[in-house]
Amino acid sequence: MITLNINKKTYHLDIDPNTPLLWVLRDHVGLVGTKYGCGVAQCGACVVHLNGEAVRSCVTKVSRAEGEKVVTIEGLSATNTHPLQKAWLELDVSQCGYCQAGQIMSAAVLLKENKKPTDQDIDDAMAGNICRCGTYLRIREAIHLASELQGKENSK
Amino acid sequence: MIQFSALAKFGLAERGIDTAVAAEWSELTGYIKITADNIVKIICPNPEFGQNVMTSLPMMVAEELDVNWKEVIVEMGPHDNAKLGPQFTGGSNSMRMYWKPLREAGAAARNMLMQAAAQTWTVPVEEVTTKAGLLYHEKSGKTGKYGDFASKAAAIPVPKGVKVKDIKNFNVVRHSQKNVEGTKIISGKPLFGLDYKHEGMLIAMAVHPPAFGMKLKSFDASQALKMPGIKDVFTIKLYEEGFEQGGFDTRTFNVLLAVVGKTTWEVMQARKKLAIEWEPAGDSKDIMQGRGGKREVIVPGELESTDKQLEKMREYAGKPAQQLRKDGDPETAFKNAAQIIERTYNAPFLAHNCMEPMNFFAHVTDEKALVVGPLQAPGWTEPTLSKILKLPADKIEIQMTRMGGGFGRRAYAHYLMEAALISKKAKAPVKLIYSREDDTTYGIYRPMYTATYRAALDANKNLTAFHVKGGGIPENAIHPNRFPAGAVDNYLAEGWEIPSNITIGAFRAPRSNFNAAAEQSFLDELAEAMGKDPIDFRLELLKRAKENPVGKNNDYDADRYAGVLKLVKEKSGWNGPEHEKFSRGVAAYFCHNSYAAHVVDMTTKEGLPYVERVFSAIDCGIVINPDAATNMVQGAVVDGIGNALYGGLTHKNGIVEQNNFHSYRIIRMHEAPKKVDVHFVQNDIDPTGLGEPPFPPVFGAVANALYKSTGRRYYQQPFSSPQPEIPAV
Repeated sequence: MITLNINKKTYHLDIDPNTPLLWVLRDHVGLVGTKYGCGVAQCGACVVHLNGEAVRSCVTKVSRAEGEKVVTIEGLSATNTHPLQKAWLELDVSQCGYCQAGQIMSAAVLLKENKKPTDQDIDDAMAGNICRCGTYLRIREAIHLASELQGKENSK
Repeated sequence: MIQFSALAKFGLAERGIDTAVAAEWSELTGYIKITADNIVKIICPNPEFGQNVMTSLPMMVAEELDVNWKEVIVEMGPHDNAKLGPQFTGGSNSMRMYWKPLREAGAAARNMLMQAAAQTWTVPVEEVTTKAGLLYHEKSGKTGKYGDFASKAAAIPVPKGVKVKDIKNFNVVRHSQKNVEGTKIISGKPLFGLDYKHEGMLIAMAVHPPAFGMKLKSFDASQALKMPGIKDVFTIKLYEEGFEQGGFDTRTFNVLLAVVGKTTWEVMQARKKLAIEWEPAGDSKDIMQGRGGKREVIVPGELESTDKQLEKMREYAGKPAQQLRKDGDPETAFKNAAQIIERTYNAPFLAHNCMEPMNFFAHVTDEKALVVGPLQAPGWTEPTLSKILKLPADKIEIQMTRMGGGFGRRAYAHYLMEAALISKKAKAPVKLIYSREDDTTYGIYRPMYTATYRAALDANKNLTAFHVKGGGIPENAIHPNRFPAGAVDNYLAEGWEIPSNITIGAFRAPRSNFNAAAEQSFLDELAEAMGKDPIDFRLELLKRAKENPVGKNNDYDADRYAGVLKLVKEKSGWNGPEHEKFSRGVAAYFCHNSYAAHVVDMTTKEGLPYVERVFSAIDCGIVINPDAATNMVQGAVVDGIGNALYGGLTHKNGIVEQNNFHSYRIIRMHEAPKKVDVHFVQNDIDPTGLGEPPFPPVFGAVANALYKSTGRRYYQQPFSSPQPEIPAV
């Protein structure tokens, strides 16, 4: 029996501890916001937060998440008002949308650690997230906008 | 009306209204539903894969219906061609095919509501007006909501020939509207086929042969079947002997080994425990439907390798080919030429690699079938499914989920057929999932192409003849009637092909995606040889094509083609000092009814050529949703750069050498331009599409910019691969 803390909720699951966290989220917990794109940590569609760090859930065994805090896209904000989510909507970033949860989760860690990322910082942080539709320009713009929004919120 | 309660729960309404418990919906045409409380729902006919048809198509309806767009709920329609039209998302056709029908539907529904109000108020319908979901009779001061009259209106026969709005009065269309599913996307709501869940659903994965030209010999599933989560392992056969395939029935492997179990990970692990023997398939036969009756196609059994393919292509390039178009006397013109420029271009197979791998849900019984998942063309898929399952069409329900990318790949529904056959055999609802490796190595690629261009110049460096001979595995890319046909007195287009067991299919702007690259690079070299500016050279040719066209059936409007070149010239400051800071390449193309021109500006980043910014000029007629259209062009530019620089698949003895993103390179954030400046030609021409047209000329513009950046020409895609030595001009 594995006990998990996902988006502030506790789950007790009877699963193989070697199951990647991605498939535990999607098949056992029913949280499908975290996506499968490659299964080999190349595309970033599966990024979640493990104790605030961005990890690729497709190669992270669920045993590693036991006793730790997992946050998925569904838990990023109860009201969809994380500055990144606001920025994503403001700039209408998405095309097909499949990669965007992973993009946002990667960007969220960047913004937590770096309040005012430069274009180079964004390049470095986001290089692991593929977008087949090519929305990179808007993702970049949205990260800058989110940084601004975050700044305004924090100064309130 | 088909009840789709499963999807009603699956796709919660954007505005927090649970459609599963909503009051009764009155249906006005197939596209509009209104409740007594004045909630308006518009049905999107075409499945969505990122071009935002789910927003732009309903916008057309809302405009004519005259409702407050911000309050409209949009829902993806089920497969129902009688009610919702062709429902084919592809060919950049959605805007074009639905512009008239959706506007007419909106106008008709508005008229039905006006009639219902007029009847209720006993006033002439001509005196009834509307505004944003409300009805008015000015004379008497009576007002009402659409919802008040919806049920009465629904009983009125749908009028034909109702006048649509003057486009000058648009307040929804031609104004940027946000993606109707934006919030769902950024909050992780279930949207895609891979997210779809059904009670009692099992997971299946299919094992296909490790190489093209191989087939299943035998298997031992005893170890896999010991695993607690695994239900069954069996083979499925897609098409029976003698099945006549239509254009979208393409499949690579007719027999697959299916593993069925409770969860994805368990099934993935079970696959590893299978002991499978494969054997060469040898030559086989496919039967294709055709206009002149069915025809047999021999599928060669060879295990192909890229180096041998390239050798064979060089061999075929020297043989006679099929003449596709001839104007004037090109042979004599070349004989008398003062200078002949000849260049050969090559491009590899490309995999679509949609971010969401192939998958489909199926629940098949002896009586009926429900299939749910990512699919571009349900209308073409249903007849095949009906034949395979031996079920009549009215017992088959197809629902389309949002697709994590399409690019043409999801018009080939073999994976839907596979899911259905697995469900039938397993006697359970099943979702079939392809791993990334399954997906990338399955086939249905963009073909491998080559083309040799020749130009004859006279002593005054005038272009006297133009010749293109194109080939491919298994088909060539030549569009014989496209520019510069019509602009050159002596013109010859030829094509050849080499059959193969490597399956191919439509890939974002089929044929054009190679053609534009080769042709636009060649025109650049010509311009240079003639001492002309590349844009001016093209404009000269287009002027000739307009004023004194050569031949017939010239497949482009010379004015509109020139229009995008002029616009991109202006917006990019082509004649200014930017050439000093950037290595600039230009290209333009017409395909899928729209015109596109790009100026690609390169610098270097860490010693490598880098596209820093792009200027794009587009003519797609009326732009329905300007910001979404801009997003599409930007995305096509990034996709074009990525495929031009990095995309490509190679084979060794039938085995695909790139099976995931570590080996099949996709462009990433740091490789994408900082800025893509998009400009639309402003006109009132009926809208045409944007999914494909901006994509092909990007390759040409990148090649031309690379020339300026590195001093050498690029003839072999992907451009990051070793380039052949070039002869002197």
